[in-house]
Order: sequence, then C-alpha cells, then structure tokens
Amino acid sequence: MNQVLEVSNLHKAFGGIKAVNGVSFKVNEGEILGIIGPNGCGKSTLFNCILGQLEPTEGAVKLDGRDVTNMRPSELNRLGVSRTFQLLQVFPELSVRENLILAGQEHEGSMLSRFFGPRDAGLSAKAEQMIGFFKLGHLAEAKAGGLSYGQQKLLDAAMAFMAGPRLVLLDEPAGGVNLTMLGDLKERLRAINAEQGATFVVIEHNMDFVMSLCSRVIVLAEGKVLAEGTPAEVRANPAVIEAYLGH
Amino acid sequence: MTAPATHSAAPAARRLPLPAFVDGTLLTLIAAAVILWFAPSGMGRYGTYVLSLWLVMSVAVMGLNLTLGYAGLKSLAQAAFMGIGAYATALLTSKVGLNWYASFAISGLLTFAVGLVLGFPALRVKAHYLAFVTLAFSTLIWLVLRNEQWLTGGVFGLSNIPRPSFFGLKLDGALPFHRFVVVVTFLLAVVLWWMIRSPWGRAFTALRENPIRAASLGIDTRMYTLLAFAIGSAYAGFAGALYAPLVEFIDPSPFSLSQSFFLLLMVVAGGAGYLLGPFIGALLGVVLPEWLRFAGSLYLIIFAAIVMLLLIACPQGMSGLLERGWAKLTGKKEGAR
Repeated sequence: MNQVLEVSNLHKAFGGIKAVNGVSFKVNEGEILGIIGPNGCGKSTLFNCILGQLEPTEGAVKLDGRDVTNMRPSELNRLGVSRTFQLLQVFPELSVRENLILAGQEHEGSMLSRFFGPRDAGLSAKAEQMIGFFKLGHLAEAKAGGLSYGQQKLLDAAMAFMAGPRLVLLDEPAGGVNLTMLGDLKERLRAINAEQGATFVVIEHNMDFVMSLCSRVIVLAEGKVLAEGTPAEVRANPAVIEAYLGH
Repeated sequence: MTAPATHSAAPAARRLPLPAFVDGTLLTLIAAAVILWFAPSGMGRYGTYVLSLWLVMSVAVMGLNLTLGYAGLKSLAQAAFMGIGAYATALLTSKVGLNWYASFAISGLLTFAVGLVLGFPALRVKAHYLAFVTLAFSTLIWLVLRNEQWLTGGVFGLSNIPRPSFFGLKLDGALPFHRFVVVVTFLLAVVLWWMIRSPWGRAFTALRENPIRAASLGIDTRMYTLLAFAIGSAYAGFAGALYAPLVEFIDPSPFSLSQSFFLLLMVVAGGAGYLLGPFIGALLGVVLPEWLRFAGSLYLIIFAAIVMLLLIACPQGMSGLLERGWAKLTGKKEGAR
C-alpha cells in the first residue's frame, strides 16, 4: 500500500520544553489514523509542524515520498493536504456558501483567471454538494459567525473537503459537538473515506469516536510515541491505560 | 444602499432584465456618476471644486479601504502615496512635458511598486507594529517632499500644473474637469467593485479575518498581502494624479502624516470593508466641514463631535448604520460580508 505521509524523528522545542520529541510514523493511502494522548502531549504541535505552521527543530516530513518539511501551508494545501483546527476557524463575516467557495477557489485556475473569471470560481455546484452532504442546506446564505458551535464544526470540516484533498488532518473534530451531530460527522467522514479514498489523520479526545472511526491509533505522551496499534490493541495496552485511558 | 461587496446580487437587480453580474452596488455607482455629472449646475467654481475634491479623496480612501477594510492591514501612509502620485504627475506634466494620461499611468505604477516594497514588512509584522512601519515611511516621504527642493520645490511646492485635455477638448474649466474626475473615479470604482466581488475579494477578506486558516486553504497570504498593499497604494497614486491638476499647485502639507490619519478616519467613518464606504467617508471628511462653515471657528469641534457620536453609535461606520437601517426597513437580516 502507498505511503501518503511519512514523519521521521520530528522534534519541536519551545525554549527548554520539548513539545514533540522524536515522533515517527507513517500513514498509508486510504487509512484513518487516530492520534490520542493527554492534553499538552504535543498532538496539535505535531500537526502544526507537519503542516508548515511551525518550523520543526529537527526531523523530516514527506508527502508521497517528497520532502515537504517547512513547506508553506498554502503550498501544502495545493498539493492536496487539508486540515481543520482545534478551535473554530471559519470566516464569520462570510456566508456558509462563501466559506465553502473560498475553501476551494485557490485550486481553480490562475490568479488572473480568478480575477477575470466568474465570481464563484466555478465552484457553486461543488459548494451546493458539500452543503447538502454536511446537512447545512437551510443555512447556505447565513453568516458563518451566526451558526451554532456544532454547525460551525460541520462547516469547518466541509471546508477541509472542498478541494478534494488526498490527506486531511482533523484536529479534535468532535470537540463540543452534540451526539446527533457527532454521528452525522462520523458518517460523513466514513463516506468520504470510502467513496473518495481520502486519507485521514484524526486527533481526538472522544475515545468512542476515535475507536469506532480509526483503523489504527497512535498514542502520544510527553511528546513521544507511547504506543501504536489497532484500537483494540491500544485499549488493552497497560502503558496507555496508565498514562491516558485510566482504569 | 451600501451593499457589502461579497453579498449576492441585490433583489432589485434580479427583478430587472440585466446581465447576471450587475448588482445593487454597480447600479448605485452608475446612478451616482450620472447625478455627479450634473450636480455642479449652479454651484459655482468653489462648489464644483469641493465636489471634485470629494471624489479625488474618495479614490485615495478606496485604496485604503482595500488595504485596511478588506485585507485588514493597518497603513498610515496613504497620504504619502497620494503625495508620490501628485508630485510624479506634476513633475511629468509640467517639467517633462508628458501628457496627463501617461503621467497618471506612471504615478499608478510607481506607487504600486513602492507599495509592493512597503508590503514586505507586512509579511512579518502585524497590527500596530505594521502601522508604525508605515508611519515611519509616511514621515520619510514628507521629509523628502519638503527638503529635496531641487526636485519638489520644497515648501514652495510646484505650480502651474496643467490640466489634461480629452481628444483635443480642453478641460481647464472647473466643470469640464469635474466631469473628467467623475469619469475617472467611476472607472476606478468599477475596477475595485469587480475585484472585490471576484475570488480576489474573498481572499482579501479571508486575510483580514483569519490569515492562518486562509493559508491552510491554499490562499497565498504573502501574495495577497503584497497585492492589497500595492493596489491600495496605487489608488492613492491615482488620487494624487487627479489632485495635482485639480489644485494646480502642490506643496508637502496635504501629504503629511496627519492627512494619512484623516484618510484613515474617512475609511472608518464611512464603513471599513464596504465598497461604497469610501464615498460616504470622504463626504464626511471633505464636504461636511464645508457645510459646517456657518458655525465659524466652531466647525471643527462640531465635525469632531459628529464623527465621535457616529462611531460610538455604529462602529461599522455610516455604511454599517445604513445597512442596519435597510435591514430593519425590509425586515431582512444583515447580509454576509
């Protein structure tokens, strides 16, 4: 199976604090990989290093075998890597539809064609499809800032998929989402994974969500990989129970 | 109504058999241009001059509105760019003998290039730190205009700046030149309207609201930051190129730091991030003080009080106030910007 992402010996230090301390892992095409661990164990820092938002102190990130360490986030996105953030990151003054068009527009044509071409960059149909897929139909014209937290989470996720990415890194997609919407979100992610073959890396604290969605799980503790395996193997690992899951 | 730039076409435009790209903002611009074409009738030379000055300042404020209102980059150098455009046009037309149209284009290109260079600090510093960088630039330009007498005439300025002609038609009179300013301002406003409603406008808004998220969606934030600075500066250059032949004499004082603050005030009072906001802001900044002249020496105090009350009542400026009023009147929610 093809490796989409390879992280090798990644380190990130903030002064004397080692937030990420020699993390290595690989993600196969079509896989849903979960990353779990206690607060402050370096999960989000790891994402930010992979995605060019932070410069790693040491180590390498490869996408399809190509070194993309320190590549700018916009360039990585145009290579097919998308993400969501732990905290909500929609554009509150734009409508739901405009948010979605914005999320895909830089993948269409050139700078000049985006200036002279259609206002929607030819993405209205795709945006409608995403609006329907994420059950946001009645909110298409509403300001994103006026949506409920859960609806904004769904929009945030929908935006990550607008450009048809190959690899999506989701940072706590279930955080603050109610059970009904959580079920919807999981169902949507599974469908995209199955239908489009998109690869996911998911950071999450909601164990039910992670264990039922992911095929493999990595556990981080104090910036290092503590354990790795299938959800069942991780659940049964004494070190993981001790450090994170509890008895 | 000052329809927000990224809003869908206005309902009025949908009902009429008009091309799909025509929206309420464009119709407002066309109607305003027609009214302003005829407005000076019976106003006299000074009234016509004030109207022209309003439009010229609107062009400079439009540029700052792009940089600050849409892209969220705080600049205190707009008057300096206007000065570069005004002096470039004055020197090229009166000393070099170039026609106004070429001088206008060169002024725009020059300020675009300088704005591009000044945009680089914006890639590293944000908010008030960026404002201080542009403040230093503004002071530098003002010192050059005042001290480099061999080029700029220093405090004595440059005089006898010729007005353009149009296909052999002289535009020396106040009314013909006013109409020329109306046409140029309209064309510049339409270009900006097109840009703001295009995907570029959406990207500029994303830059203002959340640059980190914007970058994660493939938006080249460096490119759009530089473009916002350069295009905003070019509009100030265009305004300067119109200002020089309007007043026919320039010195450094209208391009000082305080004038940059005044342009900033016009953006905020008119409504930052609203396409028609600059016209309202410049109306408040240029025409309102004229209307308040009956109050004698108190007019600046009254003007300042009006602006303060406006911003307390509606921090989104006049455009925001009008939008709220329109929403109440029609029973619709405020549109997404």
